[in-house]
Amino acid sequence: MIIDAKNYDYTEINKIIRESADEKFELNNVLGQRYLGAGTSGKELLITGTPGNALGAYLNGSKIIVHGNAQDAIGDTMNDGAIIVHGNCGDTTGYAMRSGEIYVQGNAGYRVGIHMKSYQDLYPIIVIGGKVGDFLGEYQAGGIIIVFGIGIEGCPVGSFCGTGMHGGEMFIRSENAPTGLPKQVCCNEATEEEKKSIRHYAERFVKHFGGDADELLMSKFWKLTPNSASPYKQLYVNN
Amino acid sequence: MNPLFEVIRDPDRCIKCRVCERQCANEVHKYDPDLDKMISDSMTCVDCQRCVCLCPTHALKIRPNENQFRPNSNWSHQTMDEIYKQAESGGVLLSAMGNPKEYPVYWDKILLNASQVTNPPIDPLREPMETKTFLGKKSQKISYDANGKAHYEKTPYLELDVPIMFSAMSFGSISKNAHECLARAAEELGTYYNTGEGGLHEDFYKYGKNTICQVASGRFGVFKGYLDTGAAVEIKMGQGAKPGIGGHLPGMKITDEVSKTRMIPKGTDAISPAPHHDIYSIEDLRQLVYSLKEATNWEKPVIVKIAAVHNVAAIASGVARSGADIIAIDGFRGGTGAAPTRIRDNVGIPIELALAAVDSRLRDEGIRDEVSVVVGGSIRSSADVVKAIALGADACYIASAALMALGCHLCRSCNTGKCNWGIATQRPDLVKRLNPEIGYKRLVNLVTAWDHEIKEMMGGMGINSIEALRGNRLMLRGVGLSQKELDILGIQHAGE
Repeated sequence: MIIDAKNYDYTEINKIIRESADEKFELNNVLGQRYLGAGTSGKELLITGTPGNALGAYLNGSKIIVHGNAQDAIGDTMNDGAIIVHGNCGDTTGYAMRSGEIYVQGNAGYRVGIHMKSYQDLYPIIVIGGKVGDFLGEYQAGGIIIVFGIGIEGCPVGSFCGTGMHGGEMFIRSENAPTGLPKQVCCNEATEEEKKSIRHYAERFVKHFGGDADELLMSKFWKLTPNSASPYKQLYVNN
Repeated sequence: MNPLFEVIRDPDRCIKCRVCERQCANEVHKYDPDLDKMISDSMTCVDCQRCVCLCPTHALKIRPNENQFRPNSNWSHQTMDEIYKQAESGGVLLSAMGNPKEYPVYWDKILLNASQVTNPPIDPLREPMETKTFLGKKSQKISYDANGKAHYEKTPYLELDVPIMFSAMSFGSISKNAHECLARAAEELGTYYNTGEGGLHEDFYKYGKNTICQVASGRFGVFKGYLDTGAAVEIKMGQGAKPGIGGHLPGMKITDEVSKTRMIPKGTDAISPAPHHDIYSIEDLRQLVYSLKEATNWEKPVIVKIAAVHNVAAIASGVARSGADIIAIDGFRGGTGAAPTRIRDNVGIPIELALAAVDSRLRDEGIRDEVSVVVGGSIRSSADVVKAIALGADACYIASAALMALGCHLCRSCNTGKCNWGIATQRPDLVKRLNPEIGYKRLVNLVTAWDHEIKEMMGGMGINSIEALRGNRLMLRGVGLSQKELDILGIQHAGE
C-alpha cells in the first residue's frame, strides 16, 4: 500500500498500518509523524521523508527502512525487527531495546543504546556508520553497539561513554580509544578474533549502505566491556 | 554492635520442638545437644515475629534490647548505631518498607462527619450503597443529535468494584506466591493489582484484565504482549519511598523465574536508572504516554505514577496535560523493597498534603476531569480511604497493608531477601511458606471488610454513592492543625 503521509497524522497512519491486511507500506512525504509502526509485527515500512520521534517504538518484528533522517528515540524498547536509516538519527536510539537491529548510515545523537539488554536468544544490535554523541551505551546491559566512525576524524564517540554499563559489548572503530571512560568499563584493542565476531554486522551494514566490509574491519577497533558482574554491590550496608 | 532485639524464651514452656529453628532464615535459634536446650543468638534477629507466631507453646517473645547507650536527646541510640555501621563498612545505609520516623500523620488529625437529625444516615446493610469507581478521563463534552441521543468521546477507563487497588510491587522484590495472591484477590474483588517494574510471569497472564502493567526506566519485561495483556499501563516516574532514586535488584535475586519475567539473564544486576533518560520535560513524558497508547491501539488507559514531592501540584498539572488518563501519587511513607535510609526517611512530603494540593490545583485550572487521581503511600485503614476520597482522590493504592494481610510484620528487612513469611524473598524454601490459596482469601477478606467500613462511614454521613463523597471536604474537620495546614488541606477545624 502506498500512503501519501502529507494528508495524515500519526494516529491515522498507524491505524491504516494496523488494520490493513497488507504487509508492505510505502509512506511518502513523511514529515514529523511520531510513533510510526509502534508495536507492530510482520509489516514492512518504507519511509521517505523525516519520521518523528519514537519511530518503531516497542517494535515487535516489523522492518522499517527510512530514506531520510530519523529523529529521537527510534526503536524505543524494541523487542524484534529491524530499523534501517539512510541518514542520521537523534538521541536515545534503541532505548532499552531487547532484540532486533538498528542500522544508521550517518551519525546518531546522545545516549545511543541506553539500557540495551539481551535475554536468551534475544540479542540487540545497533550499528552506527558515523559518530555518536555523549553517553553511548549508558547502562548497557547486553547486546552489541558498533560505531564505525566512517569519515570522522578522531574518536567517533562523545564523553561519558559506557556510564553504568553492566553487560554487552561495544566496538568502536578508531585509532584512539575513547577517553574519560568510567571505572566500570574495560577498554581493549579488539583482537582479530573479536573483530570476526562483528564481521556479520559489518557485512550487513555495507549491504544496506555500500562500502567494503573488509576495509572497515582492517582498521583498529576498541572493544568495551563491563569489568565486573556487579560493580555496585559493595555500596550498601543493611540498616 | 549490640543486638537490636532480645529473644526471650520461657524455659518452662519450651518443649524443644525446634520449630523456631526451622522457621528462622536468620538462624537465630539453635538446639544445643550438650545442654539439651534451645539457645538463641539475638544478634541476627530482625523481629519478624515468625518464631513467636509459630511457637506451639507460646514460649517466645521478642522485645527491644534493654541495653541502651547513655541516653541523649540529640544522639539517639539508633543514630549512633548507624554511625558505627557506616564507620565499619563505608556503605550507604539501606532500609526497607516505609518511613518509620515520627512525622505527623495527617489522617489521624482529620475527623469525619456524620448526620444527626436532618439528612438522616443510611443503613448500608439494608439500603443500596455504591462504591463502584471508574478511573480515567471524564468526558466533558456531551452533544445530542436530532433524536436526543447523547454523544461523547469515550476514552479507555478502569472499572473498580471497590475504590482500592494493590500498588506496584515487582516480582523480584516480592515472591511469585505473593504475586499470585495479589492477582487472584484483584480478580475476585473486581479491582487491579500492579506488576511493578519487573514484568509479568507467564502463569499470571490469565489475570490480565485485573493487571496494571508497569513501565519504568529499565523497561524490564516490557514488550508488546505484556502491554496488550494488562488492563492499563502505568509509567513509573517516581516512588514515594525513594523519590529521585532508581532501583537496583542485585544479581543474587535474579533467579530463573525472575530472569524470565524481567527478560534479563539470570544472576545479572537489574538496574532501573533514577530518571527515564528520554524524559526531561512534560513534552517528553507526553511522548512516552502517546507511544504507549499508540502501541496498545488506544485501548488502555495510561497511568503516570509520581512521588509526592514539594512541587507536586505543578508536576501533577503537567502530567494531566501530558495525555495521561490517571495520575498516581505516592506519599513519603510508602513502602519499598529497598531504599537508602536517608532518602526514605527525609525525602518527599505526606500524601495527605500532596493530594489536597493536587486536587485543588487541578480544580483551579479546570482540568480535574482530564484525569483521575489515585493515592498511595501509607493508606492504613478504610478510614484513611474515606478521608483520601473526601480530600479529592478517586481511589487508593494499598501495598504495605496488603503485605500485612499476607503475614508481613513490618520487620523492614525485605532488602536481605530472607523474609521468613515468604513474601519478600526468592528462596524456594521460604516462598512456599506463603500459601496462595490462603493468602488471596486473606486479601479478599481485608478489602471486603474495608469496603463494608467505607459504606458504613458513608452511610453515617448520609451519602450512598462514593461519587458524592469524592472531593467533599465539607465532610472533614481537622484537629490540632495550624491554620496553614488547614488551608492546604482545604478543610475547617473541628468546631467550625
